[in-house]
Amino acid sequence: MANTAHAHAAAAQGETRRDFLLHSTIAVGAVGGAMMVWPLIHSMNPAADTLSLSTTEFSVAGIAEGSGITVVWRGKPVFVRHRTAAEIETAKKDDTADLRDPQTDAVRAQKPDFLILVGICTHLGCIPLGMKATEPRGDFGGWFCPCHGSHYDTSGRIRRGPAPANLEVPPYTFLSDTTVRIG
Amino acid sequence: MTEKSRLLKAWEWHEQRLPIGHWLDHSLGSKYPAPKNLNYWWNFGSLALFMLVLMIITGVFLAMNYTAHTSMAFDSVERIMRDVNNGWLIRYMHANGASFFFIVVYIHIFRGLYYGSYKPPREVLWWMGVIIYLLMMATAFMGYVLPWGQMSFWGATVITNLFSAIPGVGDAIVTLLWGGFSVDNPTLNRFFALHYLLPFVIVGVVVLHVWALHIPGSNNPLGIEAAPADKIPFFPYYYAKDAVGLGVFLVVMFAVVFWLPNAMGHPLNYEKANPLVTPPHIVPEWYYLPFYAILRAIPDKLLGVIAMFGSILILFVLPWLDRHPVRSATFRPIFKIFFWVFLANGIMLGWCGSQLAEGLPLILSRVGTFWYFFHFIVLLPLLSWVETPKPLPASISQPVLSPAMKPAE
Repeated sequence: MANTAHAHAAAAQGETRRDFLLHSTIAVGAVGGAMMVWPLIHSMNPAADTLSLSTTEFSVAGIAEGSGITVVWRGKPVFVRHRTAAEIETAKKDDTADLRDPQTDAVRAQKPDFLILVGICTHLGCIPLGMKATEPRGDFGGWFCPCHGSHYDTSGRIRRGPAPANLEVPPYTFLSDTTVRIG
Repeated sequence: MTEKSRLLKAWEWHEQRLPIGHWLDHSLGSKYPAPKNLNYWWNFGSLALFMLVLMIITGVFLAMNYTAHTSMAFDSVERIMRDVNNGWLIRYMHANGASFFFIVVYIHIFRGLYYGSYKPPREVLWWMGVIIYLLMMATAFMGYVLPWGQMSFWGATVITNLFSAIPGVGDAIVTLLWGGFSVDNPTLNRFFALHYLLPFVIVGVVVLHVWALHIPGSNNPLGIEAAPADKIPFFPYYYAKDAVGLGVFLVVMFAVVFWLPNAMGHPLNYEKANPLVTPPHIVPEWYYLPFYAILRAIPDKLLGVIAMFGSILILFVLPWLDRHPVRSATFRPIFKIFFWVFLANGIMLGWCGSQLAEGLPLILSRVGTFWYFFHFIVLLPLLSWVETPKPLPASISQPVLSPAMKPAE
């Protein structure tokens, strides 16, 4: 009966042992549930074998001036274009043009001869045309996205159409004069 | 108007249009009156529901990383174990979860057997439970095939071959089940599809099970009708009680998941399926062992298969085999003894199923098989006829309020 009296006294102050037990039980249950949810959600993030594919190496030795190759990095196409002198000159001239996403060509190409870009339109993820001689390169001589009509220039910068940003420059290093590692 | 009452009004607006809260409150909430004397054996129904949900959730995340193809299934499971973030945890929870789901359900079934929960007016409720049990066995079997290890493959071969015992059309049925002339890629593909489907069928039958439960209400340890005065709301009383049991259960289950994750599995299933080499000793998962023992006890292919399926199907007619008017074994001293004998016999059959089918295990599995059917077909009808029960209390409250009249138990 002593316990009952004690509980009554506590209840008078608006706090009971029962309230404490209830709230601490709910708190522990909620924390436990959250701790269970995270491993499940995290399992959807890239797995170790997927992360291990995060670099790609290739050679630019065989790419003729004016043409390009497409390499795959993390499942995405990467455009590597060996630009002509005229294309480089246009790109540098347009550094001062009216750009939606202003960037100089020097920032976008470590070596002016080779432009390396993630070949995914920044609008909704299609692959722009322009890597083959037969494909349209758009009004600015770079790339043209057939899905929604975005035009990119010879530096891969957005010039017209719905895309909000320039074609992304992936992180890359020249391991030698001709070998490149992306990622 | 305060923020809280605005939320409450929005909720009421929604309830008038789709009374889902009302429905849940009546199904598993404060509007479901449950007898006040339920003991911890009644915890295993909500635990089974918890396990079903856990199995579906972990299973969905496993399916995101699993490949149902004979050339990739084994490796995709190893990738889950090694490369997928927390994949080992999710897979061990799912694999051991299957065992714990069966542990919970076996306790739930034996609780029903002990307290006569299958008796009128709960026969259809009992049927739904037996159907859930059968669906669980099919689901677990097909799930065990998916990792495409040696036990997966040869388990699938043996179990599907059971149907070849059917006279005349047996071989045609087995070819249909396989989608070919041996267990192969078409078999694996359909097993994966069905393994993903059946849990949701189980959810549907669980709804029927709970629906059927609400017509008469829960049975109780005394097995007598519970007067309205002897009932308390399911929420919050049994939520609180079940939460205690859930806590204890999770401690045990996760102790196994973290420290003994392969204790209930078979090491041979970490060896890739080889259709040209049968392992020297194949055993099913532990939860099938008693039935496997019954299958092997009978030296005839067709009769063995009939006995094995019959040992489960006989549960459907249990309410008409045991016609004794008193439900709870508490008041049936003779039935109570044979209940424990039956349980011990089931455990012995399980041990027999794990051994090679020769010598002592074979003799014991024959004795056990005989006793299994003798219990249902002879003993229960006989006891319904001859057993004199102890006096029943007039109400659930009576033994507590007037201890002088409390029965001996």
